[in-house]
Amino acid sequence: MILSAIKTALLRTPARAVQLAVGLILACFALPAHAQESPYIVTYDHYLEEPGNLEVEYFSTFGTQRAGNDFHAFWMEFEYGATAWWTTEFYLDGQTTFNDSTLFTGFRWENRFRLLQSEHLINPVLYVEYEQTNGADKSLKEVEGHDVEADYAVPNAIARQDHDHEIESKLLLSGNFHGWNIAENTIATKNVTGGNPWEFGYAVGTSRPLALKASAQKCNFCRQNFIAGIEMYGGLGDRYRFGLHDTSHYLAPVVAWNLPSDWTIRLSPGFGLNDNSHRFLLRWGLSHEFEGFGSLIGHLFGGRQ
Amino acid sequence: MTRTDACRTSSPQKSGGGKLRSAFTKSSIALLLAGTYVLAQATGTPPARPDIYAPLAKAPKKAVTRHNPLETDPDAVLAGGKLFDEHCAECHGEMADGGKKGPSLRAPEVQQATPGALFWLLTNGVVRRGMPVWSKLPEPQRWQLVRYIKSLTPAAGPESAKPAAPLDSVPRQDRAGSAPGVSGAPHRAPGKTMNP
Repeated sequence: MILSAIKTALLRTPARAVQLAVGLILACFALPAHAQESPYIVTYDHYLEEPGNLEVEYFSTFGTQRAGNDFHAFWMEFEYGATAWWTTEFYLDGQTTFNDSTLFTGFRWENRFRLLQSEHLINPVLYVEYEQTNGADKSLKEVEGHDVEADYAVPNAIARQDHDHEIESKLLLSGNFHGWNIAENTIATKNVTGGNPWEFGYAVGTSRPLALKASAQKCNFCRQNFIAGIEMYGGLGDRYRFGLHDTSHYLAPVVAWNLPSDWTIRLSPGFGLNDNSHRFLLRWGLSHEFEGFGSLIGHLFGGRQ
Repeated sequence: MTRTDACRTSSPQKSGGGKLRSAFTKSSIALLLAGTYVLAQATGTPPARPDIYAPLAKAPKKAVTRHNPLETDPDAVLAGGKLFDEHCAECHGEMADGGKKGPSLRAPEVQQATPGALFWLLTNGVVRRGMPVWSKLPEPQRWQLVRYIKSLTPAAGPESAKPAAPLDSVPRQDRAGSAPGVSGAPHRAPGKTMNP
């Protein structure tokens, strides 16, 4: 009711609506934060979003498809640092299958909890996600169970009729050694809509900034702004047939460019490692972090100053 | 999740669960928004605890005695100042004299701490109190930050422990050297350390 009243008011005064929109956009861009983001697309390290910050990310995946049409999957990600030990994220997924159709495939709600208060050699983070997607989802955010390339050849009109409600948990282990980050994720997923068994997957990655010291000047092309690495991910079967067989595996170099203008660009060409995998995946992402988003929202709702 | 399951259309879950899913979707979004609002209020609370610097004293002896390997690096203060602007100023204030969420770094407790203790705190954070771990910055960058923090002009007296006045009320050009408890030294002087 309140929303419809606002909508009516905005429609009556389009000039004010434009002013409000421009104001909101300017407010967002007036609160930038310098990103120091990891380059991984699939693997998670143990770093959470800073408290009160919001990171908005767009990711794209182009995938080749044998016995079917190539596709372009994409998702928007809103990552909020609730506390220093809890980060929550909301995803909206979609995809275009060439010579077929474009469709919204669902949403995900993810939470990550830092289990240890201080830094250790290996730092565990608990990841819990609920996802409601349809069978046409091709984001390949992770590989689990017996996911194989042929699953993605089903036409959208048929695939979208299948609905998944999944609970996904991960144990993220990560640590830093002489400038290198090494991360390992173990995935366990349960589709709660049917009698599907628990499915498993993995992701491992390592990365390092090209320079460890910061330069004294702001610069776009300084080596410390680039972080390069490699990640590998794939399925581990399910409860009844556990293992590396009958599933897909990928190896993907990754690079992130953290710009001083507070944007991060990620690029990752991925290569299928067996016949069950897509031969080639090209992923890229663009993200921007907004500092003090939580305080801003708090003030909008009359929170403490 | 196998996409070939899509061929099995009209599953009982699909026909019976529409309203439930819709309700779940709405309640999830509402919960997310509510959580954001509540936490936004919580994160907007300024820290006024007298023991705000206590975690510094918890640094292990081995960490406290570590020397800054960039102690003689002429660019370390300037680079550290850049890193401070990018990562720390939001909470600790542009002048490092305390912000909405973080305490003053010009306080005697900080300025009298050893470089090793500051490095240890940066690396481990104070997660329960909202200070994230900063080990995602490579070790040399954390040492550069320590050099910058130690180069700040120390504030005199316990006033420095209080959060600073909102910086929005002070013109940016007037902030350097004019914040409460801060001497008239320039905000950042490359290569000029002002260690106590």
